[in-house]
Amino acid sequence: MICATRSQIGGYVGSLLNAGSVGFVVIAVLVLTAAGFVLVRGRAVASVSGDARRLHSLPNYYGYFAGMMVAVPALLLTALWMLIQPMVIQNTVIDLIPADMVAEGSSVNLVMSDVRRVADGLDVAVAQGAMTADAAAALEADQTDVRALLADVGVALGSDVAAPVLEAAQKYRVMTARGTGTMAFVVLALAILGLIAAMWMSTGNFRARNMVERGVLVLLMLAASLAILTTVGIVLSMLFESMNFFRMHPWTDFFFGGKWAPNFRGDSDLSILPLLWGTMYISVIALLVAVPIGLFSAIYLSEYASSSVRSFAKPLLEILAGIPTIVYGLFALLTVGPFLVNVFGRGDNGLLGVEWMSGATAVLTAGLVMGIMLIPFVSSLSDDIINAVPQSLRDGSFGLGATHSETVRQVVLPAALPGIVGAILLAASRAIGETMIVVLGAGAIARFSANPLEAMTTITTRIVSQLTGDTNFASPETLVAFALGLTLFVLTLGLNVLALYIVRKYREQYE
Amino acid sequence: MKDAVSWENDVTTNTVKIAARDVQVHYGDTHAIKDVNVDIEDKTVTAFIGPSGCGKSTFLRCINRMNDTIDVCRVTGDIRIDGEDIYDRKVDPVQLRAKVGMVFQKPNPFPKSIYDNVAYGPRIHGLARNKADLDDIVERALKRGAIWDEVKDRLQAPGTGLSGGQQQRLCIARAVATEPEVLLMDEPCSALDPIATAQVEELIDELRQNYSVVIVTHSMQQAARVSQRTAFFHLGNLVEFGDTDKIFTAPEDPRTESYITGRIG
Repeated sequence: MICATRSQIGGYVGSLLNAGSVGFVVIAVLVLTAAGFVLVRGRAVASVSGDARRLHSLPNYYGYFAGMMVAVPALLLTALWMLIQPMVIQNTVIDLIPADMVAEGSSVNLVMSDVRRVADGLDVAVAQGAMTADAAAALEADQTDVRALLADVGVALGSDVAAPVLEAAQKYRVMTARGTGTMAFVVLALAILGLIAAMWMSTGNFRARNMVERGVLVLLMLAASLAILTTVGIVLSMLFESMNFFRMHPWTDFFFGGKWAPNFRGDSDLSILPLLWGTMYISVIALLVAVPIGLFSAIYLSEYASSSVRSFAKPLLEILAGIPTIVYGLFALLTVGPFLVNVFGRGDNGLLGVEWMSGATAVLTAGLVMGIMLIPFVSSLSDDIINAVPQSLRDGSFGLGATHSETVRQVVLPAALPGIVGAILLAASRAIGETMIVVLGAGAIARFSANPLEAMTTITTRIVSQLTGDTNFASPETLVAFALGLTLFVLTLGLNVLALYIVRKYREQYE
Repeated sequence: MKDAVSWENDVTTNTVKIAARDVQVHYGDTHAIKDVNVDIEDKTVTAFIGPSGCGKSTFLRCINRMNDTIDVCRVTGDIRIDGEDIYDRKVDPVQLRAKVGMVFQKPNPFPKSIYDNVAYGPRIHGLARNKADLDDIVERALKRGAIWDEVKDRLQAPGTGLSGGQQQRLCIARAVATEPEVLLMDEPCSALDPIATAQVEELIDELRQNYSVVIVTHSMQQAARVSQRTAFFHLGNLVEFGDTDKIFTAPEDPRTESYITGRIG
């Protein structure tokens, strides 16, 4: 009885450690950091017998330095460990799964996610006291119904648990627990070592201030390089998947074919051209809406509006930019689309008495709503650019007897033109990459047509539809999404680079 | 301030072009110009001098109603050009500015070609009947701006590509192209080097043949060199107005004397 209770408690603590131990380690490191701050600061002050003026740096800098020494290596190691541990465990555990199971179950990742799910379920069961840790380790798939057992504690599994999967899950649990335990030990040891080193170094002449400065520099550089590395990572992952696609599907069809007809039984026509046509058509309509309205509102706000109107209207306009695009999509689907059908469709019941438009989803619907979405974008950027035109040019024009609109048309706009072109290009790249509005508003039919009242589809909608539902990441019909994504990325990147180049060139003109 | 205004006794040799009476300017709560009375003569260079913030530029900008473009600025009083009240409801400020040209502190050529810079005013006001006519106007203005010889071979080059002194003379040419009657210059040489300054000053002296020129300047030497009449402003008041020679040799007001000898400023 006592023995059972002890093992129960042991199991409980163990699983708690397992689930929360990363949090525990982080908290312990933070406590050590705080302790290090106080201790090292105190030691530095004590080393000059309390006369802080004789220290090289302000006392707090010694504290910051200690915090740096304790927290940074320990937390870095924790992050690294958590990144590597699952990979190592997966590589070990995967050997327990017979090769035929993987072939049947389509992919290693799918089987591994089963394993992880069962392992998590066992953790939950142990934590809730439904079974002991030992019992969980001793479970046999052919004797116990693991699925029912886990269902009792609230973990639903998709199918019965096969013996190798259960075995793998048990191994997974053991290795995870052991790995996390080791991590806690090593990380705490490193933190304490850092604390001791900081204590040892922090005497009166130690240049803690300079060290902290260096630490800040490294932190900032890390943040900057992380952003760049992520971009590189995204591009590379897209590139690899795209290469897989082009191994299975001829690139000539992708770039120069004329048909988009994915067929999950294979032998599909997967050409980007009809999608590109739809994308461009919708973007052009969106820009035709957004550029004049956005530009005019920018001119009004920056040139004519009094400061009180401006302080009220500009934030209001920028609220438009904060509306989630899915909401714009709903607006397209429920308001703009039916309105357009009312105007251009429904035969004699419609406003024009024509039968040109059958469904609410159409190029015009998506284009109009996307244009509305882009208005604040164009207007806010153009407003900044128009404001950057020196007042002296306006004065010069007024001084010659020009009216306000003559000044805007003949002096301010020409001076701001390169920047405005840049703003329009940025808006265009947003239009090309926009997804939710076209998913809901544009339709799903890939075709070449000049009629804006027909449904058409875009690159982004097709990426969504190719990747939703049950997907198999080994068929060209799925992988084409990555090739589409990469093309889109290259397209928008090109536009952005061009836009930034133009905007920068313009800036140099006045500075 | 009445006792300080000694100019009423001066002999006026030219007809009065601009007559200002009891001009007050408020910027929001700030009283920038207080009770200024001044008569500016035709075909004369009048210099406004005074320490920074004394209101001389503000007063200059009243003469072509440039202050209208500033929301918080309020002008009262009476300014007449050729006897016509320019703050009258009937007067269109846009039309007025064509008649009263202005040159600014910093050269501000438009980002257009040299030709288009000069042709800007004539085009707006429809002064040219045809292309040849416009060419004539541009050439005449550039010659009057003393810059024709330097730019005649590159009229299509951007005006912003000229040197600072050339840009300022281009701006003067641009201002005279609309055939103004009065030319206002707000520290036209403050952004220029000594050689360019000398060129512009020479130009101002020539412009006196045709226009009434009002120049705001920080440099007393410049005022002494180019102007026939000088007005000294201090803290929004017109302290003294008279012949330049007299202001610089025998000022009547002690404040003028202090400024000229460098004790205030």
